[in-house]
Amino acid sequence: MVDLTTKIGSLTLANPIMPASGTFSEDLSEVLDLHQLGAHVTKTITAEKRGGNPTPRVCEVRGSMLNSIGIPSKGVQHFIENTIPFYNAYDVPLVVSISANSADEFARICEQVSVPGVAAIEVNISCPNIEEDGKAFAMRPSTTTAVMEKLRSASDLPLWAKLSPNTGETIEVALAAEEAGADALVVANTLLSMAIDIHTRKPKLGNLMGGLSGPSLKPIALRMAYQCAKSVQIPVIGCGGISTVEDIVEYLIAGATAVQVGTATFINPNIMVTLLGQLESYLETQNIASLSDLVGSVRDEDAADSVVFMETAP
Amino acid sequence: MSLIQRHSAGEGSPANGTTHEVETTVKSNTPVNGEYRLLTLDAPQSVLDCKPGQFFHILCPVTMAEQPYLRRPMSIYGYSAEKGELQFLYKVTGEGTRALATLTKGDKLNVLGPLGVGFTIQDDWQNLLLLARGVGLATLAPLAQEAQRLNRKLVAICSARNEDVLMSIDHFKALGAEVITVTDAQGTSDLENLREIIENQIADHGVDVMYTCGSNRMLKLLQEIGAKHDIPGEIALEQQMACGLGMCQCCVRSFNRNGTITQERVCREGPVFGIEEAMAW
Repeated sequence: MVDLTTKIGSLTLANPIMPASGTFSEDLSEVLDLHQLGAHVTKTITAEKRGGNPTPRVCEVRGSMLNSIGIPSKGVQHFIENTIPFYNAYDVPLVVSISANSADEFARICEQVSVPGVAAIEVNISCPNIEEDGKAFAMRPSTTTAVMEKLRSASDLPLWAKLSPNTGETIEVALAAEEAGADALVVANTLLSMAIDIHTRKPKLGNLMGGLSGPSLKPIALRMAYQCAKSVQIPVIGCGGISTVEDIVEYLIAGATAVQVGTATFINPNIMVTLLGQLESYLETQNIASLSDLVGSVRDEDAADSVVFMETAP
Repeated sequence: MSLIQRHSAGEGSPANGTTHEVETTVKSNTPVNGEYRLLTLDAPQSVLDCKPGQFFHILCPVTMAEQPYLRRPMSIYGYSAEKGELQFLYKVTGEGTRALATLTKGDKLNVLGPLGVGFTIQDDWQNLLLLARGVGLATLAPLAQEAQRLNRKLVAICSARNEDVLMSIDHFKALGAEVITVTDAQGTSDLENLREIIENQIADHGVDVMYTCGSNRMLKLLQEIGAKHDIPGEIALEQQMACGLGMCQCCVRSFNRNGTITQERVCREGPVFGIEEAMAW
């Protein structure tokens, strides 16, 4: 028996595999046993009801997808009355993802969802859709600091800051989140992208642009997870393009203590449970007794620090 | 039409077994005409408790030429628990369906389903009418099977560009439906002629419910006729999907519920909706 448990700050997860926000809901219980996941991460909610973006909200590109959903939300009250009780029937930590248009609104909803039954709050400061210019708090260290400080004073629950691959200041943003009191970093959200139908010459998404997810995002998110793990003391949760057990192992070696699986669930709804079995087998065959032996074991000792921290290719 | 709640909050159950991701085996995959193919799969019993109007989310194969990524939603054309069989009628149009067209007997195909809320046939609906055009026939075909099982009378109005692409006429007839065909080539498929045909059906035999699929023109026509004669109707709708299970919120459409515009997921609250609440697009 290998030890698959992992610690995200004060929270111990039975295993390191959890869904990425937006790719998971109560509906998945029709296909798989939700007891088997390391945590449950809900789709981002906002305080008010939101309709979301115009359709088409999804299109595929070679081996990956773009989405522009726009955070449709039934509001926080509906969430507290319906969604939290659903998940509380499972003995699995519930992570609630929240977002808002301003730091004050963000703090308010953070306080509202800090209720019994919620194990941690994932703060989606990186969604590329929600603000008019596509900019999000996690684009810059200053806005990250401002929102995280307000969130920190609004809740005693662990706060997981979900970072954005759209920033050129990954490490600065990660440090800003840590300094402002984040308990973990989720690295990362989708990458702002575009696709155009060459026959109609129309953008393939109703919102013109959207977030890239799937296997083609993985090297980017992995690079960020590695940079963050090197830079901060708080746990890093790897997220981006995971679809195989090798992808998970790669994130763990890079320094992630847990992973989120997103788009791959759309292709194979059972993938998280499949990957969990494969991860256990991998650790057994490699004679690795504990998951923690793998975390951060990347052999980068020969590289200069300047390489680790570079923001562009040399 | 009220939303069907498929699970209540707080049950905390293991996978509740209404939807399955399964590996099927291709029995045949043959051209029906120049544009359409019929795919017949050997499928496990677990996925064969289907209702007309439901769909499957199909993981199309990746070939040298085609690399579809997301699953493709496809209405069920036929299902038989006795034969262990699942059928899809599809038009080869894009990367996914081109890849699907390469499958031959014995090949494996991963499908997820059955998904969504299908058509209803209320106990007091004796005279059913369906209006189908093109690939919409595929979605409406299982209604004929169900009407026969429930011993209801079904009139199927089938519309197509020309006789060559009129499909499933024999299929509908074999299931005891009365078939009326109209085509663009014969100049019989225009809305006014369709309206006359349906009005005559209402006058001569009575119509308790009308079903259609996919087309804006037909939606408007049936909404008008339904409102005039107070006849309920249902329509199966399409939208680009990612997950097919209700998680991603990609496949929403707008509906008019008593004057309020709401957005519903085609994969979860649909794909079949009340015709009076569906909105033209």
